[in-house]
Amino acid sequence: MSKKLTIVCSKDELIKVRQFTSDALDEESVPDLEAHKLVLAVDEVCANLIIHANNCDPINKIEFNIEFRPTQIMFTFKDKGVGFDINEYECPSMDKLVSTRRQGGLGLMLVKRIMDKIEFSTEKNHNICRLIKTYPL
Amino acid sequence: MTEINKENKEGIHLISVKGEIDAGSSILLDNAFKEAIENKEKRIATDLSGLEYISSAGLGVFISHLEEFSTNNAKLVLFGINESVKQVFEILGLEKLLLIVETEKDAINVFNE
Repeated sequence: MSKKLTIVCSKDELIKVRQFTSDALDEESVPDLEAHKLVLAVDEVCANLIIHANNCDPINKIEFNIEFRPTQIMFTFKDKGVGFDINEYECPSMDKLVSTRRQGGLGLMLVKRIMDKIEFSTEKNHNICRLIKTYPL
Repeated sequence: MTEINKENKEGIHLISVKGEIDAGSSILLDNAFKEAIENKEKRIATDLSGLEYISSAGLGVFISHLEEFSTNNAKLVLFGINESVKQVFEILGLEKLLLIVETEKDAINVFNE
């Protein structure tokens, strides 16, 4: 099964993405606690794309797709913003975050710990980010 | 929908959070903590029993004020966290940095120790 949602680059759209993801995982009977983590990872990537890659510009759009495969769930984000490969992001230490009083830096740390694989590519003028969770969850 | 209420209860500054805290609404939580710091509150309890969801933006609010609380000799205690939200704190190991207890009574006891 595959489901697709298109949103504009506004933080107000995050709730829509969470609801869409939560509904799709519920339909596939993903257990609640696991679904909560997957929704969180999707929310974090989406917030990153909206805020950092697209500067909260509502003219820009993000295409989001969830695909349920026999052995994995694949979440795909497609946008035309500033490309950024999460795999290249070096997570700061928690001590550093506390001492520098930074609020950012935890989101991609969460994504990396929740997902099994993250892929990033650029095709034509699109950036494609894929989050993969392999069964058993 | 996010709702944040503040009250003083038994000498404790109680911040209650309801709904969802994400990249858009985390500023409400941040403002509540900033206000507590400005008012030089020393005993701060945060009731998260109505919190259904928190993203890194909300977690970052807790982390970013820890040093300031420590400098001001203020104590922050969180309580009432549901299982789904608790696992998010645990993925990052935040339960080691933050003082988290089960109930409001437990939180009050922490301040009375």
